[in-house]
Amino acid sequence: MLRVIGQNLPRADGVAKVTGSARYVDDIRPEGCLYGATVRSARAHARVTAVTRDPQFDWSGVTLLTAADLPGINVIHLMTNDQPALADGLVRHATEAIALVAADSRDRALAAARHVRVTYEDLPPVFDLETAEGSDTVIYSSEGEANNVFSRVEVHREPEAPIDKRGLRVIEGTYRVGLQEQLYIEPQGMLAVPREDGGITIIGSMQCPFYIFKALQHMLGHDRINVVQAATGGGFGGKEEYPSMLAAHATALALRTGKPVKMVYRRDEDLRATTKRHPAVVRLRSAVTPEGILRRWDAHVIVDGGAYNTLTPVVLSRAVLHLSGPYRCDEVHLRGVAVATHTPPNGAFRGFGAPQAFFGVERHMDRIARELGLDPAEVRRRNLVTDGDLSCTGQVLAGTAGFPVLAAPLQAARPEIPPASPPPGGSGAGWKRGRGMALVFHGCGFTGNGEAWLKGRVGMVLRGDRVRVLSGSTDIGQASETTFIQIAAEELGIDPSRVTLDERDTDRVPDSGPTVASRTCMVVGGCVQKAARMLRDAVSAETGGGADATFDDLLAARTSDAELAVEYQYTDDGSLTWDGDNYRGDAYPTYGWSCAVVDLDVDTDTGEVLYRRFVSATDVGKAINPAVVAGQIEGGSIQALGYATAEEVVLDDQRCMRNDRMTNYIIPTAADAPEMVTVLVEVPYVGGPFGAKGVGEIPMDGPAAAVAQAIEQATGAVLDQLPMTPERVLAALEGRA
Amino acid sequence: MSEIHFTVNGQEASVTAPPMTRLLDVLREDLRLTGSKEGCGEGECGACTVLVDGVAVNSCLIPVAQVAGRVVRTVEGVQPAPDVLHRIQEAFLLHGGAQCGICTPGFIVMAADLLDKNPSPGREEVREALAGNLCRCTGYQRIIDAVVAATADPIPPPEVISVGDPR
Repeated sequence: MLRVIGQNLPRADGVAKVTGSARYVDDIRPEGCLYGATVRSARAHARVTAVTRDPQFDWSGVTLLTAADLPGINVIHLMTNDQPALADGLVRHATEAIALVAADSRDRALAAARHVRVTYEDLPPVFDLETAEGSDTVIYSSEGEANNVFSRVEVHREPEAPIDKRGLRVIEGTYRVGLQEQLYIEPQGMLAVPREDGGITIIGSMQCPFYIFKALQHMLGHDRINVVQAATGGGFGGKEEYPSMLAAHATALALRTGKPVKMVYRRDEDLRATTKRHPAVVRLRSAVTPEGILRRWDAHVIVDGGAYNTLTPVVLSRAVLHLSGPYRCDEVHLRGVAVATHTPPNGAFRGFGAPQAFFGVERHMDRIARELGLDPAEVRRRNLVTDGDLSCTGQVLAGTAGFPVLAAPLQAARPEIPPASPPPGGSGAGWKRGRGMALVFHGCGFTGNGEAWLKGRVGMVLRGDRVRVLSGSTDIGQASETTFIQIAAEELGIDPSRVTLDERDTDRVPDSGPTVASRTCMVVGGCVQKAARMLRDAVSAETGGGADATFDDLLAARTSDAELAVEYQYTDDGSLTWDGDNYRGDAYPTYGWSCAVVDLDVDTDTGEVLYRRFVSATDVGKAINPAVVAGQIEGGSIQALGYATAEEVVLDDQRCMRNDRMTNYIIPTAADAPEMVTVLVEVPYVGGPFGAKGVGEIPMDGPAAAVAQAIEQATGAVLDQLPMTPERVLAALEGRA
Repeated sequence: MSEIHFTVNGQEASVTAPPMTRLLDVLREDLRLTGSKEGCGEGECGACTVLVDGVAVNSCLIPVAQVAGRVVRTVEGVQPAPDVLHRIQEAFLLHGGAQCGICTPGFIVMAADLLDKNPSPGREEVREALAGNLCRCTGYQRIIDAVVAATADPIPPPEVISVGDPR
């Protein structure tokens, strides 16, 4: 009988957050702190011929650094070390950092940055993701690969017997998605404080303290570095890669001046300069029976990585692995390529390639339904995988929940809400009501053998009757802290008020792996559970207590009050096999399943879309804290509805973001958000803590396609490109799409 | 530089600053009231929402000279007593209204003000009243649930439907 798991425990940092006392990086101001600012490229591809100071400006008290002044190696270490901390003579994208300034106030630092003059000699840029591969203009090159290709992935599944092609229809489609900004409400920010031993302490807004640690270690060539997470105002993937860049910049300025340096981006800078969701083109070609049964599935995706590699190859990998959808098909050929362009680098964003893939896959299922005159949900049901079916990589699927999640929201969405009730003021004549659905699955945790390679660690310390959990996993709003407390308390059979988490400081907590990939609850939470078992065993060994004694019985029998510490390291149990060279085997430890159903109204006069109701059913394995889990699903779903109709990044002729403000990059408000009904399905995953699966990303995958289907159902307009702005909806209504 | 006197959360405050300094900067830097947050700096996100003479404003848009002699209330002034939470703060805890927390102070100020002026708003009124504050984490559902739960006529929020293991 579970006592703590499944309870809606209030979040551990809740009081600090509702009273405004939680400390984010910009709330921290050490004595003598300087402020840093960044001088950025105005050109997409150019030689930098000079960086000079405007003689009209008062430079007293201002420190200016260029690439030549950086300490150590001019590289932001991640996958391929191709990205410099500061451009050294050549800029490869607009907004690339060229120089840094520090001054005693933020305003003065910004003013100084504006008075650094950069002269350029323009070079020809490559902007188009469809023609970047093999271009004579080289942005990125690697051995044995065409110019400007970051990575390539192919997955093939051949049929066991030749396919009978008689009576099959071939259906083809092309689907496009644009950039999306994470738009965490707290901009990126980092504080670097010089240490007495010549090292550096980093305090800031981040997802992955150990990524920053390793990046600085690579740059500086020593490890007198500790990285501390401040309260973090949202990440969504956007604080996975670039915090290392901010930390490197703040460190360079702090080491040069000998003073603490804080860099907090203004919103416009954050929007222009930091990573976004990869734009993509998905091409699909399928052979289907007249009943809509898939016989052959060919897919191709191109993702635009921007000018530097970041984590793009991993994004591509996940995109391709989700490119055949949760559907059964004997012959599958999936191909993907990630290309370089002279645009700001794209990177991690909730879903990590899967939302792009699913917009293509789910719109293609709609196309099949349309061309065959079938119901879209029925086409999905006829092809849906179940336990024992094989995935595109030949993985034997288990713990599937496609059928329950497909059934639940359509049930919950009844009864139909009344016909279009347009907002007051309009004529109402042009409003049409529609309902759409989409079905997705999402691989939880790292791809393939990632966890076995990473070997994340979690520590646990007993002092008196209290337990501390030590983990490098960051709480960025998703309540991982509360989730870990519930897991530890349940496993030990103690009240959650006796469990706390230590501050995320790389000097004091072990590396549990990055806070990404829907892995924190499922994988690191699993390590928390095992660390709790180790702690119990350690106390048991000390006291000689039996297996049926409670943890508190064991504690009562302790004669020593010495602190007791254990550390669990992730161990591969050998249950997964993955061949990363050939993309065969168990691509993910398990999968989450989700179906989204959206009701909306379309104004056929203006192309405007109003969301009326949103119902989803999601398989989460086990909801450790149902309110937290539902909060993840609701928040991710709204982010996806924004992706569907509102969020468009407009670029200028140098591919710099023009709508770099919250007033013109539009995310949903409370007035735009529909009422939401959230259904949790719990098909347990034996490898997760108490059966839990990953849940952070899956709500991002399906809604955009569901919106497109609903618009089509309401109006007949077919949209195969995101975002579906009023202009695109109108164009589609007029048959111009 | 001007010397400007005003009241913050019931206390007299006096600052010397250029008159066009943003109220947000005076609150955060001079008075060290860092509960009000800067999300956009142009009055769009609402994370810096405070009340001036009982009217909700974006403190990033208000020059400090404009609050001379007036009464400012920030998130730090919402609690009825140091160790007691306002019912809207309790409701945010109970219903999961805060995730990353950066927008939360603005929502708390806005919602507390709404309930002061209208103790029993309907769900749609709550939605409308909070439409000037942006949140990227929650999808607003749980924020609205929390505010509705703190009204004089609370309607229980819609339950998360859990169907367990259907097999």
